[in-house]
Amino acid sequence: MSEAVLQAARVALVGNPNTGKTALFNALTGGRQKVANYAGVTVERKEGQLTTASGRALSILDLPGTYSLRARSPDEVVTRDAVLGRLTGEIEPDVVIAVADATNLRLVLRLILELKAVGRPMVLALNMFDIAQRQGLRIDIEGLQRELGCPIVATVATRKRGIDDLTAQVEGLIASGALSTTNTWREPSAMEIRDAHRNAQRILRAYVRPPERPDTLTGRIDSVLLHPVAGLTILLSLLFLMFQAVFTWAAPLMDGIDAGFTWLSLLVSQGLPDGLIKDFIADGVIAGVGSVLVFLPQILILFFFIILLEDFGYMARAAFLMDKIMGGAGLHGRAFIPLLSSFACAIPGIMAARVIDQKRDRITTILVAPLMTCSARIPVYTLIISAFIPDRVVGPGLNLQGLVMFGLYATGILGALSVSFLIRKVFWRGAVEPFLMELPTYKLPSTESVARNLWLRAQIFLSRAGRIILPLMVLVWFLSTFPGPPAGASGPAIDYSFAGLIGHAIQPLFAPIGFNWQMVVALIPGFAAREVAVAALGTVYAVANVDANVGALGARLAEQWSLATGLSFLAWYVFAPQCAATLAVVKRETNSWIWAGVMLVYMTTLAYLTSFVVYHAAVAMGAG
Amino acid sequence: MSDALATHAPMTPSPVVGAVRLSAAHPGDRGIIVDVRAESQVGDHGVDNEELLRRLLEFGFVEGAMIEVLHEGLFGHDPIAVRLDDMRVALRRRDAEDVWIKMDAL
Repeated sequence: MSEAVLQAARVALVGNPNTGKTALFNALTGGRQKVANYAGVTVERKEGQLTTASGRALSILDLPGTYSLRARSPDEVVTRDAVLGRLTGEIEPDVVIAVADATNLRLVLRLILELKAVGRPMVLALNMFDIAQRQGLRIDIEGLQRELGCPIVATVATRKRGIDDLTAQVEGLIASGALSTTNTWREPSAMEIRDAHRNAQRILRAYVRPPERPDTLTGRIDSVLLHPVAGLTILLSLLFLMFQAVFTWAAPLMDGIDAGFTWLSLLVSQGLPDGLIKDFIADGVIAGVGSVLVFLPQILILFFFIILLEDFGYMARAAFLMDKIMGGAGLHGRAFIPLLSSFACAIPGIMAARVIDQKRDRITTILVAPLMTCSARIPVYTLIISAFIPDRVVGPGLNLQGLVMFGLYATGILGALSVSFLIRKVFWRGAVEPFLMELPTYKLPSTESVARNLWLRAQIFLSRAGRIILPLMVLVWFLSTFPGPPAGASGPAIDYSFAGLIGHAIQPLFAPIGFNWQMVVALIPGFAAREVAVAALGTVYAVANVDANVGALGARLAEQWSLATGLSFLAWYVFAPQCAATLAVVKRETNSWIWAGVMLVYMTTLAYLTSFVVYHAAVAMGAG
Repeated sequence: MSDALATHAPMTPSPVVGAVRLSAAHPGDRGIIVDVRAESQVGDHGVDNEELLRRLLEFGFVEGAMIEVLHEGLFGHDPIAVRLDDMRVALRRRDAEDVWIKMDAL
């Protein structure tokens, strides 16, 4: 008894998607929330704390939105198991708050009937009640309470209305000692779903009078945004804007972060005596933290757009418009945002794949995202192209160098589409999940919710991706630094390090694709991030200050490499998983090293084969 | 009763005279759902027909629901967006094969 008073009562939020459930969660818990993953699955677990007016502690769990307890996706399995008290490591909720969009009660009524069968004490929150009132929708709350046998509270989560009333009702249930009754829920058959619908329909007729002024705005907006031609044009313009933003708006911020960390590491270098500790702090830790933080502007800008469009209700429309195009390659309509983002950087792209709720579709998208040409490849492409491709006009407005650059982008896109097609055939044996998606009513996004969500994404990226990326960066630094060159050594220091040793040792593996040992050595630090390979090539070819002197390095490469080798290196960079951070994020997002491993193996294989073909074709044509 | 039909009926036209498949409807078509079944022979669904039926039912594609086709995609007129009672739903035509609608008289 005393323990029950001391411990926070557990409350679970359950409801259809798009009912403002998360807004209600935010209104209830404010900033006191924690996001983690459920053990063993990729589903986010959001929990928050709250103290009621009377001093009672409540622990609120925001469960993934669902249309039924019948669980069709990993998210919905979590909701079902949490409600049923079957979830490993999760204690069953004392009270369930069913969250309903007051303007759209039909489907949630059926869910509520299912929840009733589970037998836990329940409160129904009729959210977005202001919109219902504005539409002239009349709900007989008294009657509905009697019918459903649970207290009902009208709420407007975005304006924090009805929140105290809601917690009071929850407290009331706990205080009255309402206990769970026998759980009679089992997976309903088609016939039982029909019956439940009929029942819901009857309840709706009895207690809800249809709106006098139904929402026509959504229909009018849709007639433009879902128009086959105008809709696609608007979508493409939006995507272009997003792409531009992620690509260009982020650049000054990223440069700023970069400069900040360079400055910091310079400061440390000056302040500390020469030696390993200085190297470790300046080149290992500071550069490592910098290489994580530098992605933050892109991630924030990208998620700003995604959250805004999601809250507005546009994401489902975009998925509708793109479904056929993406479907040809075996991808879900929602996959295009992650893939587009991956042109900037695969990391935000992979994180954005969480908008796809089907597990298979999501994994396919994550696996192919790094094939899109990210901005980190550009310095490498620029270097090699300027060194090997003549700056020649080949047609009106067509420059050979530009054409090659375009070709590299196109190869990446084609690669991504072909690989996703193959994944669908091989891993999922051609199975295509049904595509059924609610098109929610348009809503004005709230500044607070956008800001909160954005902050959440930043936190997740920094804390969890950082925890994996940083040690990898330090490892790469370690490999490229130790052991140091012997006294009086003439070659570059990296040559004597583990990276150098490994490079020399595995060079024979790369000989068939035309790589010399210098290139292989450069690939190892280049694993930290693609563009690092440029600096690493500068190091091994002893070209000082590569940033300011790309031309000199290019000239050096043109002397040292054959054209075939240069092209082979480009082909390698289109496909190779030369990015530890991406693999770390794949691990984090899929919650398993297996998919990171699959990615590493398939991309390396693809890169090797392509480089092999390119190298030998070029040699055969006399470019060896 | 309709459930028995849905589960066991062979590939025959709907018993309701004049009903058409939702998968064959055009934007502007409106009517009432008269039958939802589990019999499509599309082989590569990630789920079986019974499961597709239950998902359709859960989304509100039930006998008696009012339906109107609002929009369709540019390529292959697919997917479609429909108004279903008081909500909007998007689905692919291949998933809409077994939803039969009786059109309103024009």
